[in-house]
Amino acid sequence: MTTTLTPRAPRTEPRGRPVKAPARARSQGLRRTAVAWLFLTPFIVVFLLYTAIPTVAALGFSLTDLHGADLRHPFAVNFTGLENYLRLFQDQTFLRDILNTAVFVAVGVPLTMGVGFALALALNSGIRRLRGLFRTVFFAPVVTNVVAAALIWQYAFNPSGTVNKVLGTFGFAGPNWLDDQRLAMPVVILLGVWRNFGTAMVLFLAGLQSIPQDVYEAAALDGAGKWRQLRHITVPLLLPTTLMVSVLLTVFYLQVFDEPYLLTNGGPLGSTESVALYTYHQFGVGEFGVSSAASFVTLLLVALVSVVQFRLLRPRA
Amino acid sequence: MTAVTASENTDMTARTATARSAVRTRPVAQPLLYAALVLCALLTLLPFVWGISGSLRSLDEIRSDPGSLLPHHFTLDNFTRLFRTQGFGRFMVNSIVVAAMVVVGNIVAASAAGYALAKLEFAGRRLAFGAVMAAMMVPFTAVFVPQFVLTVDMGLADTLAGIALPSLAMPMSVFIMRQYASSIPDELLEAARIDGAGEFRIFFRIFLPLAGPAVATITIMSFLNSWNYFIWPLIVAQSTSSYTLPVGLAATSQAAAHVTDYGLMLAGAVVVMLPVLVLFLFLQRYFVQGIAGTGMR
Repeated sequence: MTTTLTPRAPRTEPRGRPVKAPARARSQGLRRTAVAWLFLTPFIVVFLLYTAIPTVAALGFSLTDLHGADLRHPFAVNFTGLENYLRLFQDQTFLRDILNTAVFVAVGVPLTMGVGFALALALNSGIRRLRGLFRTVFFAPVVTNVVAAALIWQYAFNPSGTVNKVLGTFGFAGPNWLDDQRLAMPVVILLGVWRNFGTAMVLFLAGLQSIPQDVYEAAALDGAGKWRQLRHITVPLLLPTTLMVSVLLTVFYLQVFDEPYLLTNGGPLGSTESVALYTYHQFGVGEFGVSSAASFVTLLLVALVSVVQFRLLRPRA
Repeated sequence: MTAVTASENTDMTARTATARSAVRTRPVAQPLLYAALVLCALLTLLPFVWGISGSLRSLDEIRSDPGSLLPHHFTLDNFTRLFRTQGFGRFMVNSIVVAAMVVVGNIVAASAAGYALAKLEFAGRRLAFGAVMAAMMVPFTAVFVPQFVLTVDMGLADTLAGIALPSLAMPMSVFIMRQYASSIPDELLEAARIDGAGEFRIFFRIFLPLAGPAVATITIMSFLNSWNYFIWPLIVAQSTSSYTLPVGLAATSQAAAHVTDYGLMLAGAVVVMLPVLVLFLFLQRYFVQGIAGTGMR
């Protein structure tokens, strides 16, 4: 391809009258545009097939009574307008799952951020020894397979598991964690926090390291103690990082699927079923239309949060 | 703060020196800090210890004393059973094949797209970058039903290609390559252009040799994604012959949980998580860069 493209440039050279110059520039611009889109082709093909078209299709599906069995009989599908959405918001199960998802966000996000921020502060407080080792350890859960982690959770929290054995030595009768309507949710969220605080920590560390050291030195000279430095320098200067981390985590917990699916499959009695899990369960029973409508609700929520994310990422990009 | 701006040069260096030493030495706080960090580290590692120690315990031992943290007798029996009777060999081969497709696909697609987005002036550049951002934002749950219908229509349901295809050109990879390409000086490419080199020659001969670090990050990130990906393979794979490791592990453990065969489950968990953890120990820098740079995995 290189050989066919390069020799073309000199051919226009002999006709080089001044009038021709803009035309040549334009044809060069056209060629560069063609080349650029050729470079982009693999990404764009996958994008169209698996993001753009499915998004439009999901909106379409959500307005029909499409069922799993209809995949072979496309003409049996009827347009039903907003019926799926109306059904959703009258469905006690869906409303309960929205509430559950709100709990995932409201508890999971601050907890994950809090742990990540505290560890980032500790690692950035001037300690030298073992700093790298600590960072490695705290980041390890992030790269750990979620299925594997969930199995270990099940093993540790089973009625006669390690957690209850430890409780037993202190004289407490351990509950059946994952089978208890009130206790299952905290155990599921704990897995989410364990898997995500490392990401928050690394992002906070990067933020902390971008604060110039002299600001602290000047404050120390003026007699500001550690606490006041934290409150009046670190926290305000970290605001962009904090916003970014909170958006990332909010988007994650809004779509939370793996943790509840693997630990409880939404149970007991739906107490840990998230909206994403609802979508999956509707899909599983062949209700593709309802499933798509539910997924579109998630999309709108995530889009709302993502608009903020886009604005935050843009200055760096 | 005002004190520093007002002070003379020589005076200032002296002052910052004292301030710096004031910041560094905290004789009482340090041991407490270390104690807290060690405690947190132990809590973080606890699940790994549970998983590994449990996988090395025999079925009888786990059943008679499921709560014990360390094994009384070490045995590799759980791992043997995993590969002999549970088909984990096949799952592992499938996972490796899918990961290979995903890694190669991402290197090719992201290098080309990232280069174009960062280094070429062309009509529709903002639109193309918008597509990358949109692809990063659209939640999987919003699109998996049509994705599944499409996969069935293409005849790729229950195939490894069907599992790999959506991940072949991840927006995260394009984003990483674009950020890296922006840091390569334009003059380098412009000089080649003036010498009459075509766009493809510039890409292959000049850009790609410089893009090594980004290619490394993309390789590791796309491998991590593919190896750990659970929900899409769970939907596409319908028979054990196309299960990847996480799907096979979830299926095996569902059956094993009924008979409380925790040893088998945990051995499976170790087989799935260990390769990535070992890679992570050696190539930590790339993992952290990749995840911190894009905020996702």
